[in-house]
Amino acid sequence: MILVYVDHDRGVLDELSLQALAAARGIDADVQAVLIGVDAVALAPRLGEFGVATAHVGVHDGLTDYAPMAAGRAVSQLAERLQPTAVLAAGSPRGNEVLAHAAAIMDEPFAADCTSITLGDGVSEVTRYRWAGNVFEEARVHAPMLYATTALHVFAADPQSGSAPAAIVEFAPDLTPADLAVRVLERTGGGGGGVSLAEAKVVVSGGRGVGEAGFGPLEELAELLGGTVGCSRVVTSAGWRPHAEQVGQTGTKVAPDLYIAIGISGATQHIAGCKNAKTMIAINSDPDATIMSFADYAVIGDAATVMPAIVEAVRAAKG
Amino acid sequence: MSNLPSSAKCVVIGAGIVGNSVAYHLARLGWTDIVQIDKGPLPNPGGSTGHASNFIFLVDHTKEMAELTLDSVRQYEEFGTFTKCGGIEVARTPERMQELTRRITSGKSWGVEGMSLLTPDQVKDMVPFIDETVILGGFYTEGVGVVDSLRMGTIMREKAVEMGALQSFANVEVDDLTVVDGRITAVVTDQGTINCEYAVIACGCWSRQIAAMAGAEIPLTPAVHQMKDIGTVPMFADAKGDIEYPIVRDMDTNMYERQHGTGLEIGSYAHRPMLYDAEDIPSNAEAALSPTEFPFTPDDFAEQDEYALELMPDIVGDETIGEKYAINGILSLTPDGMPILGETPEVKGLWAASAVWVKEGPGVGRAIAEWMILGEPEIDVHASDVARFYPQQTTTKHIKDRTAEGFNKTYGIVHPAEQWSSNREVRISPYFEREKALGAVFYETVMWERPFWYDSNAGLLEKYGDAVMPRVAEWDSRWWSPIINAEHLQMRETAGIVDLTAFALFDITGPGALATVQRVCMRQMDVAVGKVIYTPVLSPGGGFKSDLTVMRLGDDHYRVVTGGAHGMSDLKWFKDNAAPEATFTDLTEAMSTIGLWGPHARAILASVTDADVSNEGFGFGTCRDITIAGQTVLASRISYVGDLGWEIYVPMSEGLAVWDALWAAGQDHGLIPVGIGVYGTTGRLEKGYRAYGAELESEYTIIEAGMSPKKIKDADFIGKQAHLRQRDEPVATVMCLLTVDDHTSSTGEKRYMLGKEPILTKDGGPITDAHGRRSYVTSAGAGPSVGKHILMSYLPAEYAAPGTHLLVEYLGEQYPVTVEGSGAVFDAANDRILA
Amino acid sequence: MNVAVCIKRVPLSPGRWSLTPDATAIDTSGSAMGWTLSPHEECATEAAVQLIEADGGEVTAFSLGTADSTEQIRELMAVGVSRGVLLETGADEWDPQATAAALASAIRDDATTYDMVIVGTESADTSGYQVGVRIAHALGWPIVTNVKGLSVTGGVARCERVVGTDREVYEVSLPAVIAVKDGVNIPRYPSVPGRIKARKKPIDTVAPTATPARLEKIRLALPPQETGTATVLGTGPEAAPRVVEVLKEIGVLT
Repeated sequence: MILVYVDHDRGVLDELSLQALAAARGIDADVQAVLIGVDAVALAPRLGEFGVATAHVGVHDGLTDYAPMAAGRAVSQLAERLQPTAVLAAGSPRGNEVLAHAAAIMDEPFAADCTSITLGDGVSEVTRYRWAGNVFEEARVHAPMLYATTALHVFAADPQSGSAPAAIVEFAPDLTPADLAVRVLERTGGGGGGVSLAEAKVVVSGGRGVGEAGFGPLEELAELLGGTVGCSRVVTSAGWRPHAEQVGQTGTKVAPDLYIAIGISGATQHIAGCKNAKTMIAINSDPDATIMSFADYAVIGDAATVMPAIVEAVRAAKG
Repeated sequence: MSNLPSSAKCVVIGAGIVGNSVAYHLARLGWTDIVQIDKGPLPNPGGSTGHASNFIFLVDHTKEMAELTLDSVRQYEEFGTFTKCGGIEVARTPERMQELTRRITSGKSWGVEGMSLLTPDQVKDMVPFIDETVILGGFYTEGVGVVDSLRMGTIMREKAVEMGALQSFANVEVDDLTVVDGRITAVVTDQGTINCEYAVIACGCWSRQIAAMAGAEIPLTPAVHQMKDIGTVPMFADAKGDIEYPIVRDMDTNMYERQHGTGLEIGSYAHRPMLYDAEDIPSNAEAALSPTEFPFTPDDFAEQDEYALELMPDIVGDETIGEKYAINGILSLTPDGMPILGETPEVKGLWAASAVWVKEGPGVGRAIAEWMILGEPEIDVHASDVARFYPQQTTTKHIKDRTAEGFNKTYGIVHPAEQWSSNREVRISPYFEREKALGAVFYETVMWERPFWYDSNAGLLEKYGDAVMPRVAEWDSRWWSPIINAEHLQMRETAGIVDLTAFALFDITGPGALATVQRVCMRQMDVAVGKVIYTPVLSPGGGFKSDLTVMRLGDDHYRVVTGGAHGMSDLKWFKDNAAPEATFTDLTEAMSTIGLWGPHARAILASVTDADVSNEGFGFGTCRDITIAGQTVLASRISYVGDLGWEIYVPMSEGLAVWDALWAAGQDHGLIPVGIGVYGTTGRLEKGYRAYGAELESEYTIIEAGMSPKKIKDADFIGKQAHLRQRDEPVATVMCLLTVDDHTSSTGEKRYMLGKEPILTKDGGPITDAHGRRSYVTSAGAGPSVGKHILMSYLPAEYAAPGTHLLVEYLGEQYPVTVEGSGAVFDAANDRILA
Repeated sequence: MNVAVCIKRVPLSPGRWSLTPDATAIDTSGSAMGWTLSPHEECATEAAVQLIEADGGEVTAFSLGTADSTEQIRELMAVGVSRGVLLETGADEWDPQATAAALASAIRDDATTYDMVIVGTESADTSGYQVGVRIAHALGWPIVTNVKGLSVTGGVARCERVVGTDREVYEVSLPAVIAVKDGVNIPRYPSVPGRIKARKKPIDTVAPTATPARLEKIRLALPPQETGTATVLGTGPEAAPRVVEVLKEIGVLT
């Protein structure tokens, strides 16, 4: 049996966790889920569609919102009781965090961002990301129970219509005040009400080649296409754009339908954040820029002249 | 992706400042089928141009470099890419202050205007953020400026494209160069092959690698120059332009500081030499920044931080100003510090335009294009000729050793006679051990160890007393010894033996031998066998290509003897212009040369050979085989020192026996060993003999040099038409000997000029000829036999009359000199030589 | 307030990756490669320095790695770190558990008592997402990870992290471990005086105790190279109509 930590944000199911469920099902037909917080009760049955027979929901008075240390504690206690062969989660910020806590509590190893997992008796073999996926590591994990997360966008969620809803089993984790001390106290809106970079379907992203003053047409195009503006690390380092817009290894990793990379050479740390885009268009004056080998379409030219023309053409096309 | 043409007249490899400039000038001079490729993107392909500091100081002690720089500034100005800001070289030591005066004199010699010495307070007025208390003064040049080398390159490229002459391709990498029968025939790239007649390697630090594809040598190495840009500097926050304050060179710390927009750029040539191989340089795709911007290594900049803080504490000491950009930038260094230009001796049609800095890039582009299309550049660039290197100078060890040693001389105070200390004793003559035993002090010429003087002659100092013209000032006497003058005087009394093994010798044989030497040499070469002819070699424009000695050893057999420094270039020139059926044999490594001169030379030679060496039996200007110590040697009766004697050419393996025989015989005749100090300077100057590279260069005609034969031979020769034309033109300037009337400086010390100083009118004004050339000292040295310090200089006719009083400026002071005339100041009738 | 930061020497990420012949490490033999810190850790250090600039105290940088790691410690000393502690290892990589255990005991055993440990959420190279968490458990301190905003008032660290377009706020009492992400601040550039001071600051070396790796690296591999088959839509502004066609084809423009 494999136990998968399924994350949710105040009762909204984390779609990325479904990828972890898919990965788990590829290893073992017996997949159970663990969710934390009373908010999760309502969404747990839906997991049946993703092959989950039983969904364990940890309920505790102190668990009113995300609390990573407590979640890790709860997961580790459940795992200790259920003795799955592996505890998995999605390699999202929260998935990695909760499993790191659980593994640390159990003093077991933890392999983050795996692209393949082969369970063995006391030794599992994994392939995992290093350098945000620029390099793969083949590793052995020496542990009776594997703690691992799955690399994002590697495993596709595979809903099976007609499956029975998952059975819900509530459990009460044993949490200390210290575990509960780390929790979300308040939330503030990002302001502007725009589309979140991580979830945007279209990202219009600019690099050094756009220039500090050149982002206007990018903003216009993003608005016309219902997307949002991103940028490379050079741009945020130079202070041209806010850090929240940075796409890349240390910024936001995106997987939009369309990624337009303008004046971005394609440093590996940037590629790490955008290579999962369904379609990529690169606009660059250098036909040999690294980004070209990742792009589906290319326009050779300077952003300053190409972008206004594209904005104009798109505006005209929209009528 | 690119549509490379399958053929072109010329492929220019590289789109940095040099490649762009070459392409532009080739187009300007009329070539129409030029293809330029670069493995990087445009406009910044990722070479050294992309991270250059882009400032240009005008003064260089080397005339060739100064001229290329001044020409480049003119070109940058023409295209609107030059911003004049002025520049100040500051001194922290008294020695540097003296050096700054020397830089002014060099600047005056090459025609630089707007130079002045500044007090610390004057420096502070111009550069308010400097701490004037750490400096003793500065040398200001008004015309110093900053260029936009990328923009300049783009403009030049675009102009060539507009002319319909150039197609330019980025992201094309050279995989191979195809050579057939010693000629370049194609450039093979990752995107197709371009057949071509010419290819120019303008690839900066990659040049050696590219040349190797054709079997040619461009001996340079990539090396690191560290720089950092700190900012934002509050006092520059409102800066409107790229630069508004003069650039400061902190010469004694090998550093510079310049305002760069709102930042301050600090650069250094003081760190340990960091040399790489071209293979170490990443591709554009692999590089974190650009291929030639390596990660900054702050430990190597530790002292530089402290120096910068001392000099500019208000900015550098401000903790709120951060290091925004810092790199170990890659540039190209060569073993002798000069660029590498011209057609490679290995491959016809393959040209080098390498190891060139932004400050001389456009000038080099013009020179290369003129050289390729017109046959010679207007600016004489012989010291940069790619053909100058001997095999011993293209080894990786030599390149690394000399560039490592030379790197920290970038801003150094380099004495004109300063010797290299690394990679010595590479070429040694058969007499080396004998010379060492005699206390020879060795100087190096093209890797040969040559005795400059002998400590064993120190005893002569007492004999000659003040006649050796002792020098008291440290600078004047550095790399010098009064023993040289003592050797000179003794040689004139008895005899001297001189090791001349550094000469380059090559034979030209076969049915085409005569036609070859006739075509290349100005003098009549169709002479009797056994004749020795000293002849100028002219460039197509009638300037000096070389001067050398040719012996006719047989009907179809000539031997050329020429100076070591220029020997390989001369050999290439002969080969390039050879008639059919002429065979070349380079004897340089096989033969050594011994010089024997002085009133007793004949007696010494007679005592070791049965040959008739009397004046009647062995006349001046003749040569023949004789036997010495059982060895057959070629003896040639000529003289470069003004005394009776011979040059003796002997195979290396047999040389020592001949030397020992002459030495033993000479003991009864007062023979002493004599160094190159006499041969190259004192003996030569008393006779007014012109030397190639000093008096003789392509920018001066043979008429101006005063060496024009009365009659011009009927046979055609290179430069003949130009020379005949020149004979009908007014002579703009004429080579003269001058002597110094009074050596006393303002401090009462006697000072002795070393060369390259400006000759001034009695009023201290510059002397410029009708072609705009300044008068400067081409050679300087003692004339012990005449008791005068001798200077040579070109002078316009109105200043050239014997007895004319002029001035020479030396280290900031002016000294009276008198024109002696164009000929010898010692034994003008040549009685001694012809004795 | 005394703050410990944990930092790691990593290769500068190159434009194109290559591995050592035995495929156990990134090939750093070419001089093109330099060494640096993970961006998260640069931000961790900046955060620590900002805190002590406001409140006094000192920042100590702990690093587990080879002796060459002093280069990165010096780099941080130039921007305000006072002292370095090198947990010197051989060339072999340590797994996250061993690394965290060694760092935690070095921090615990250090002569200075720390109020905070600031780390990067994950390292640039091994990307394990756990050393900070393990240090927190070893020390028995709370930890907030993925921190993009940080302030400390009255012994309480207020941390912000980003979820979608929202910001979550956490508050933990010190001592605590904070794992930051790039963007929590913009790290300052070293100044020249900073560089000069850094060269005189002390670095202590300790010998950590090795334990067998339980996350055991076997070998590294590079993902399949993209083959670069972008369809060129055109050059310059003239390409705009083709772009519009593509936008329609893929359905983002209707």
